[in-house]
Amino acid sequence: MSYLDYGTGSRIADSKAPQGPIAERWDRRRFTAKLVNPANRRKHTVIVVGTGLAGASAGATLAEQGYRVLQFCYQDSPRRAHSIAAQGGINAAKNYRNDGDSVHRLFYDTVKGGDFRARESNVHRLAEISVQIIDQCVAQGVPFAREYGGLLDTRSFGGVQVSRTFYARGQTGQQLLLGAYQALSRQIAAGTVEMHPRTEMLDLVVVDGRARGIVARDLVSGEIGTYMADAVVLASGGYGNVFYLSTNAMNSNATAVWRAHRRGAYFANPCFTQIHPTCIPRTGTHQSKLTLMSESLRNDGRIWVPKKAGDPRAAVDIPEDERDYYLERIYPSFGNLVPRDIASRAAKNVCDEGRGVGPGGQGVYLDFADAIARLGRDKVAEQYGNLFEMYERITAENPYEVPMRIYPAVHYTMGGLWVDYDLQTTVPGLFAIGEANFSDHGANRLGASALMQGLADGYFVLPATVNDYLAGAPAVGDADASHPAAVAALDETRERLARLLAVQGDRTPDSFHREIGELMWEYCGMARTEVGLRKALQRIPEIRAEFWRRIKVPGTGAEFNQALEKANRVVDYLELAELMCLDALHRSESCGGHFREESRTPEGEAERKDDEFSYAAAWEFTAPGQAPLLHKEDLVFEYVHPTRRSYT
Amino acid sequence: MKLTLRVWRQKNADAPGAMAAYEVDGVSPDMSFLEMLDTLNEDLIVQGEDPVAFDHDCREGICGACSLVINGDAHGPERTTACQLHMRSFRDGDTIDVEPWRAAAFPVVRDLVVDRTALDRIIQSGGYVTAPTGSAPDAHAVAVPKPDADHAFVHAECIGCGACVAACPNGSASLFTAAKVNHLNVLPQGAPERESRVLDMVAQMDAEGFGGCTLAGECATACPKGIPLQAITTMNKEWLRAARTSKR
Ligand SMILES: Cc1cc2nc3c(=O)[nH]c(=O)nc-3n(C[C@H](O)[C@H](O)[C@H](O)COP(=O)(O)OP(=O)(O)OC[C@H]3O[C@@H](n4cnc5c(N)ncnc54)[C@H](O)[C@@H]3O)c2cc1C
Ligand code: FES
Repeated sequence: MSYLDYGTGSRIADSKAPQGPIAERWDRRRFTAKLVNPANRRKHTVIVVGTGLAGASAGATLAEQGYRVLQFCYQDSPRRAHSIAAQGGINAAKNYRNDGDSVHRLFYDTVKGGDFRARESNVHRLAEISVQIIDQCVAQGVPFAREYGGLLDTRSFGGVQVSRTFYARGQTGQQLLLGAYQALSRQIAAGTVEMHPRTEMLDLVVVDGRARGIVARDLVSGEIGTYMADAVVLASGGYGNVFYLSTNAMNSNATAVWRAHRRGAYFANPCFTQIHPTCIPRTGTHQSKLTLMSESLRNDGRIWVPKKAGDPRAAVDIPEDERDYYLERIYPSFGNLVPRDIASRAAKNVCDEGRGVGPGGQGVYLDFADAIARLGRDKVAEQYGNLFEMYERITAENPYEVPMRIYPAVHYTMGGLWVDYDLQTTVPGLFAIGEANFSDHGANRLGASALMQGLADGYFVLPATVNDYLAGAPAVGDADASHPAAVAALDETRERLARLLAVQGDRTPDSFHREIGELMWEYCGMARTEVGLRKALQRIPEIRAEFWRRIKVPGTGAEFNQALEKANRVVDYLELAELMCLDALHRSESCGGHFREESRTPEGEAERKDDEFSYAAAWEFTAPGQAPLLHKEDLVFEYVHPTRRSYT
Repeated sequence: MKLTLRVWRQKNADAPGAMAAYEVDGVSPDMSFLEMLDTLNEDLIVQGEDPVAFDHDCREGICGACSLVINGDAHGPERTTACQLHMRSFRDGDTIDVEPWRAAAFPVVRDLVVDRTALDRIIQSGGYVTAPTGSAPDAHAVAVPKPDADHAFVHAECIGCGACVAACPNGSASLFTAAKVNHLNVLPQGAPERESRVLDMVAQMDAEGFGGCTLAGECATACPKGIPLQAITTMNKEWLRAARTSKR
């Protein structure tokens, strides 16, 4: 049977969201959640994989509640998780500006921004919790930007008409993560969190149908071991690095979620990828990653290309009336602040018309001349100084003098492990939080909402729902590392790494990563077609076969070996890529970041097909190389009626 | 461009290390320093040799993972991280030395990778505000004067890379520690633990085997985030004040 002949399994009838008025659901859930007696909590161990915003906040909070936490990250320090790189800001419905914001408006904006492919109950909860996040972070000493009166400053992000984004210059993720890292550090010092840096999860241990531990490799000694617990939380981030070039950190990877998927956790909407419109264009084949220029720049920068295709003149020599400020022209009410998917496609369109700028015509201008004239250079520097510096360092061009050149790049994955309202996956006792899950952003994430979601999950949602699970979980201590399921997972992992080392072929792990990445960008990137996706689905198994014939990993498994780490991650990309393409092929509508050329409005915008596709696609793993099984979770919209998303 | 690299190779913490020379050809000025190392490693792997191990992740100058001493300077000739250093800062035919951070408190893990967990332990000793989740008042309950907020931010920008330690002739972590003390001690939220914080962090720094500070100033010159040397003076004042008034 071919991989494309996937079967359809039972519908997911119950996402466990409580009934009743949406604004009361989270309260209700918290009230009905069972509690674990504080004295008993220290008898429970929870594994948290990841120390980004989601993982660090969850680990710290669970430890504060009295649980014993085993925490893992692959970096040398928990403070270096990829969340550190987030630039622009974090949303919260504080309405400190009195500009008409509210929990309901944030909820509405997020459901609409996600093109009606997210679960209403979850999104509403996210909007409710957003206000507490800001309070929590300020209490930790996070130095958000402030006005002269000493109160917090905010700015605007794409897809909204209020100013609700809190920020710390261009380093919001860094400051929020350091807050969570410091809270985690306090627990490490207190002995409630046992931190395992430079330790990578390579498999999930499932005992009697429940997640009971992980297999992980000490990246320094190479030793592979089993860690057991009463529940496992994956906060391992997104999988954008399937595309090789992305704005993600170099070592961000899909292994934790993919291995969990292979052990029974459904993978939802894998094809929902966010392509961010404002990244620095690539310069050559040596390129190892792409650098984001924060969306906040669209507050003051104006995007344009020459009106004439192939215009050879420098930007400054092109007079005002020969410039096309195409976002302002096509979307007058949102202008440069349209959502990301729309801005990215518009950039692609003008470049496809031959109006792109810079090398290869793969770029558009983001121009600050007006802002500098209006606000002065100092004010602009205060707001965006570090981004301008970064841009200049990479391109050797000064954006105070000449417009930036930007182009879309892979940035974020809305898809991820399917979770219910409690953030629990389909494997009991396995939870997924932050970018690792699929829950809140539908088919397109609004800017400054990932930080909000990661912290909402980690500080507030998971600690409440894990309680409920642990209160009803089987007795502690009935599964230790000698359990046959744990031994089997350990053996399989050892075998996989041994196989990688044994091939001794002639191609590097990076060369395969690059190959699969280019294929995905071409066929499963900004625009997707049935023909292209079928081509990719044919090609991926071939690349996989070649990988196992020709991969070369020097050294041994019993030492610090970065080539081995990389090769093992590529193994999982080569499988996940296939599922992403299948998901993209099956969803023959366009929605949010998923643009199927075949499904567009006469104006060229994404055309949803609500009759057919108003569901989350949750894929069940069957067997290696075999077609997966599709489970649909129907999406019900009681509060925000799906309409054609309009930003004009 | 064609370059000669002399790179520190060391198999593990216990093995002896030595410099090894490599030729790298086809280097483009647009490459970052780490991308240049990538091309070397691609060649080494195909030849069946162990690639050069180095720490890196964000490659945007914010995670603090990259940690190379380039021609004797922590992070190399520009005031930035090694990942943001571009090859246009070098010339065709150059010979470039690449070494790990060298400090008593940073043992080598492999090649250019060192163990910096001592920095984490300094934070664990007091570099936080005790604010358990759920206990926070409204964010606007306390206004923070903008100059204080800005002072906190400037010091909170530290990325924990350890270049300050690597650059210091004494291997001191004073700038790192001072950055956190300055960030938290100036804020109203950090006030209740102001004294214990500085006393505990300084004690931990000493216990980790970092050297003493003689205000040589190399740290602030090497710091890719421009944490000012003044931070250390402020920390010392905080420490004296705390030592005098501490109830311990
Ligand atoms: C350049 C950039 C800028 C951004 N700016 C913004 C912004 O302004 N606003 C916004 O809201 N969002 C922004 N985002 C998105 C946001 O930063 C991320 O979605 C979010 O930080 C993800 O957090 P996380 O906790 O889920 O995972 P991450 O921060 O990715 O952390 C993953 C953690 O898991 C660990 N890990 C992964 N796999 C394993 C394994 N197998 N074993 C052990 N440990 C493992 C890692 O070590 C790490 O600690 C930005 C993203 C990028 C790339
Ligand atoms: S790799 Fe993150 S700072 Fe250099």
